[in-house]
Amino acid sequence: MALAFDEYGRPFIILREQESKSRLRGLDAQKANIAAGVAVSRILRTSLGPKGMDKMLQSPDGDITITNDGATILEQMDVDNQIGKLMVELSRSQDYEIGDGTTGVVVMAGALLEQAEKLLERGIHPIRVAEGFEISSRIAVDHLEQIAHKFDFSATNIEPLVQTCMTTLSSKIVNRCKRSLAEIAVKGVMAVADLERKDVNLDLIKVEGKVGGKLEDTELIHGIIVDKDMSHPQMPKQILDAKIAILTCPFEPPKPKTKHKVDIDTVEKFQTLRKQEQKYFDDMVQKCKDVGATLVICQWGFDDEANHLLMNRNLPAVRWVGGVELELIAIATGGRIVPRFQELTPEKLGKAGLVREKAFGTTKDRMLYIEHCANSKAVTIFIRGGNKMMIEETKRSIHDALCVARNLIHNNSIVYGGGAAEISCSIAVEAAADKYPGVEQYAIRAFADALDSVPMALAENSGLQPIETLSAVKAQQIKDNNHCCGIDCNDTGTNDMREENVFETLIGKQQQILLATQVVKMILKIDDVISPSDY
Amino acid sequence: MAVEKLFKDEATEEKGERARMASFVGAMAIADLVKTTLGPKGMDKILQSTGRGHSVTVTNDGATILKSLHIDNPAAKVLIDISKVQDDEVGDGTTSVVVLAGELLREAEKLVGSKIHPMTIISGYRMAADCARRALLDRVKDNKDDADKFRSDLMRIAMTTLSSKILSQDKEHFAKLAVDAVMRLKGSTNLESIQIIKKAGGSLKDSFLDEGFILDKKIGLGQPKRIENANILVANTAMDTDKVKIYGARVRVDSMAKVAQIEGAEKEKMREKVQKIIGHGINCFVNRQLIYNFPEELFADAGILAIEHADFDGIERLALVTGGEIASTFDNPESVKLGHCKLIEEIMIGEDKLIHFSGVEMGQACTIVLRGASFHVLDEAERSLHDALCVLSQTVNDSRVLLGGGWPEMVMAKAVDELARKTPGKKSHAIEAFSRALIAIPTTIADNAGLDSAELVAQLRAEHHKEDSNAGIDVITGSVGDMSELGISEAFKVKQAVLLSATEAAEMILRVDEIITCAPRRREDRM
Repeated sequence: MALAFDEYGRPFIILREQESKSRLRGLDAQKANIAAGVAVSRILRTSLGPKGMDKMLQSPDGDITITNDGATILEQMDVDNQIGKLMVELSRSQDYEIGDGTTGVVVMAGALLEQAEKLLERGIHPIRVAEGFEISSRIAVDHLEQIAHKFDFSATNIEPLVQTCMTTLSSKIVNRCKRSLAEIAVKGVMAVADLERKDVNLDLIKVEGKVGGKLEDTELIHGIIVDKDMSHPQMPKQILDAKIAILTCPFEPPKPKTKHKVDIDTVEKFQTLRKQEQKYFDDMVQKCKDVGATLVICQWGFDDEANHLLMNRNLPAVRWVGGVELELIAIATGGRIVPRFQELTPEKLGKAGLVREKAFGTTKDRMLYIEHCANSKAVTIFIRGGNKMMIEETKRSIHDALCVARNLIHNNSIVYGGGAAEISCSIAVEAAADKYPGVEQYAIRAFADALDSVPMALAENSGLQPIETLSAVKAQQIKDNNHCCGIDCNDTGTNDMREENVFETLIGKQQQILLATQVVKMILKIDDVISPSDY
Repeated sequence: MAVEKLFKDEATEEKGERARMASFVGAMAIADLVKTTLGPKGMDKILQSTGRGHSVTVTNDGATILKSLHIDNPAAKVLIDISKVQDDEVGDGTTSVVVLAGELLREAEKLVGSKIHPMTIISGYRMAADCARRALLDRVKDNKDDADKFRSDLMRIAMTTLSSKILSQDKEHFAKLAVDAVMRLKGSTNLESIQIIKKAGGSLKDSFLDEGFILDKKIGLGQPKRIENANILVANTAMDTDKVKIYGARVRVDSMAKVAQIEGAEKEKMREKVQKIIGHGINCFVNRQLIYNFPEELFADAGILAIEHADFDGIERLALVTGGEIASTFDNPESVKLGHCKLIEEIMIGEDKLIHFSGVEMGQACTIVLRGASFHVLDEAERSLHDALCVLSQTVNDSRVLLGGGWPEMVMAKAVDELARKTPGKKSHAIEAFSRALIAIPTTIADNAGLDSAELVAQLRAEHHKEDSNAGIDVITGSVGDMSELGISEAFKVKQAVLLSATEAAEMILRVDEIITCAPRRREDRM
């Protein structure tokens, strides 16, 4: 341990209470870190690809999650190790940026770390390794750009988009009906996409789930579903051509923000106050009625009295609708959110062709469908499934598919999946390695090897001979100069991914390589770990 | 170099074979637990709660049993979840779904043991489930157009559902009750409007369906006990001295006299409200909230029957039955729809007084009064009846009907077996296994009835080899019988839900190759 003494022989305290802290330095620290990172990536390795397995996670409260999504697994895993946490972050940032490929990025980082360890053992300085990786990642990303394929799609021809989403969904448990789910996701994205600006606001797509029924019943609704029912049991359950007043003020007498007191000291005052109160309720309902609303959606609750008045005047109402939903309803129906009754005007009403209440199952579950909206810019994907875990997993899968579709609209370049892109990059990096003088050359070759690990894992998970398959595919790529050859995971007899329609987005792949390299560089640069020991 | 610590202290991680074993074992344990309750000769379970009083439940209902278990095994939780969903969606088949999922996993375990990859098993299962569903669809009967036949279908379904429950002795009686009640709903699946009142005493046979409506409340003192041609106002309003709802209002007075004045005004206000209510021309007033002494007295004076504190469901049902609306303001009597009924009277069931509304306008809601020797019997009877009602109400919407007694399983097994023979590759093993798992259900039914299951199932299979066989297990005589003659039917929707959710759950568990259990959250207030 580091101890320094001044000229009188007294020790300087550099680390407070250093006996109670564990400390790793130099090569040991790097190796420990690498081991931790590799351990995390090993957990995810078996989830990769269409034949990847799921993980079952039990949360601290005993709830069960079953998932195949890398980001979710890591998030729920409750990793305690510092380097492990870095890997979790890595997967999360891929999730935020791209939304898909969260498993791949961690596997890639793990492979890089494994390679780095070998280089460190040979005595190559970590910084040189890191620099080598940096160079190669640039080569790989440039190469991806070259082999990327632009494809055309339009609002009418969504087939290419559907194919890409299907690749994403094929690794999830929902792959049974990937075709229909992919179509739902693409149609949902197309409905809200702004093709001019190439931008998609995923907030406009609401994903709702309800346990029961079967996965095939999942549907895309051009409108909004709200998990609420009419405030009064005897209000009509179906409204045609609804004019919707969207309110954020409660059906109650106003509550001024400034502190005030109303003193009652005489009988007359008491009575006027009562009259006033009744008038409030009356006015509010009348106001809604006057502007021609046929449905009131309110963020707040309302009084029994107001409730009955609404019912009495034949004005159906929904109460306690959440802020986000309210916004979506406003967007979908083209209405405005009205914060005060006084500001209610006919122009601010939203319009929907059909509003209906639908009951599910044997319990009292009811949901409100708002359909045929004036502005179909907000859509809902309504998922059904056998159990809660299935629904949750489907939600995550749909989210991935949505992100992929969005990325494609953003940038319509694709690369071929099934490990084809990685193999092609690996060949390119390998070839480039020889041009670099110096120690980096080794690091660059190691990077090429690491790139191979993704297709290798794919092959392993699909029950193929990993080394044989990989070398065969690689030879084929070089021989035919065809960068579409990948691993034939589904045992279809061809490994041309173009025929198989296995696509991934270019930005997704690029991001994977860049992010993985970055994290590995960061881990390599650590040479001293000081942590408080167990207490 | 080994990683010292990736997870927190108490977290555990199980991988590959071990994880798979853990989930198989857990799931099968759960399936075996409820297995013995399957079928008409299934046995019940006693559940004792750990809470205060150690209350005891005796039940045969799979969902109820599983709901009360405290399970730590993650895979077992998946099964409990599907049983719960089955209960919510279709109401019946909660045991079957767990048993089927358990059998699927048991078969899968054998296949994994013989080195077949779980993914191959899954794809085989999927093909098999699809094929089984189509086989069922081919053989469904739909009698929707023929009202009489449809009704008899409903009767049969109700009887089949009830035959495995405590009510099996009087199943005909209860089946009739349930069918009558559901037919009154006119296609709605809202079971809320069927009220079940449990009163200890008498025997199960004394249970009855009341055409009208029974409210488990007492009539206020000094008010008429019997009203003919009643006009009913159903309300949800506060009948105490109404608070002023305007924010910040408060009473501030400077002398006692003024307090008295304001009190007087409040009273006056109440009186006014009551007058308004009376002004509706009613002779019965039912409120969700409390009616205090003062207004009650006023009502009694006006000869109006006032019923207080009817709970929310009661109010909604009453509104449904009598056709009135639930009112909260009373300013415009002409626009408020009143409810009507021919007769309101106080009746006695056992030794409790109840209010009986008969001769109601809209017959949508109704009341079933259950009688029985003890609370346990009543609770179980209610659950059984609830199952039957759920199934019936679902069948009214989806009128496709299948035969029962292991018939659907055999039909599916046959179709799946044929598929297995046609399919090349390793998948065929999985498909075959699926058919074995399906056959396990009639086997269990026979086993539970103390019959020679191997013999019976073999006979059944031979019987089903013929085209369009109606053979199933007749548990009563202990032989193979014609199910359509015996009148044993099941709803298609239930069977389909069982098949799909069991396959889905099995698939989900099979896909898992690693279980990570996080450290349990520390609880501060451990007793």
